[in-house]
Amino acid sequence: MKQTEFLNVVMPFKDKLYRMAKRLLVSREEAEDATQEILLKLWSKNESMGEYKNVEAFAMTMTKNFCLDRLKSKQAGNLKLVHSNYTDETTSLQKQLEAEDSISWMERIMEELPEQQKMILQLRDVEQYEFEEICELLDMKPTAVRVALSRARKTVREELIKKHSYGIG
Amino acid sequence: MELGNIEKILEMYFEASTTVAEEKTLREYFAQDSVAPHLEQYKPMFSYFSIAKEEKYTKQVPLKPRVNYYKWLSVAAAVVLTFGIYFGNEYQESKRLEQEQAQLAYQETKKAFELLAENFSKGTEKVAYLKEFEETKQKIYNNN
Repeated sequence: MKQTEFLNVVMPFKDKLYRMAKRLLVSREEAEDATQEILLKLWSKNESMGEYKNVEAFAMTMTKNFCLDRLKSKQAGNLKLVHSNYTDETTSLQKQLEAEDSISWMERIMEELPEQQKMILQLRDVEQYEFEEICELLDMKPTAVRVALSRARKTVREELIKKHSYGIG
Repeated sequence: MELGNIEKILEMYFEASTTVAEEKTLREYFAQDSVAPHLEQYKPMFSYFSIAKEEKYTKQVPLKPRVNYYKWLSVAAAVVLTFGIYFGNEYQESKRLEQEQAQLAYQETKKAFELLAENFSKGTEKVAYLKEFEETKQKIYNNN
């Protein structure tokens, strides 16, 4: 496979890999490094890439495993929390601040979730994967995925309600 | 979309029994400005998911053409080898020539020295006569 061909295959989902890595590793630098690592690994396997029927799923699984390994390893001990700058189109400064605040609040809630729930929420609610795809990616039973997803969503809801009733945002 | 329907889908959403399409309607509903007050609290959740999807991997994809690298390495090696052999041969050749010339010069010099030596020995032969003459002269002296 030529470089341009490879890029054509990889480009559509490289952002997904990055977002997945960032969801798990939190730090932007770590996520960028992880994505780069995965892409290089894919590139080194490009000869056999035609054999995989779903390169995206394969790459996603690689990313997941890589990030989980990374979290387990000692290097993850010095992961730092990085806040991304989200651009918002709202004109009112008050509204803008509020929106940014609730976004960073959501980010924090997501960070608190267990890794598995993080991944499922990322795959389903951010990337809109079908249940079958998630089952395949995470190597889980459909019912287990549903239970974890429901639990994750409910946890997020509870945290949001807590925050809402405190009126912090 | 009417409110009752949204509430129903939301209920299902938290039980994780919605389809991707239904979740899309939820996201679209919460993306608009007029959200029912009692549902306002869910807004950050859905807007966050939409924003989270916007994030891009901006770094350049660093693909080094490793395969080509080795190919060029062998080409470079071949070039070096060819030059080496070529110039090495030339060097050997010139060295051999030089040696030959040195040999020739040596022979020539030797010949010249030999000639010289021959002439010298010729000279000494003649001097031997001179010695004879001296001896005879001495004899005559002594007799007188």
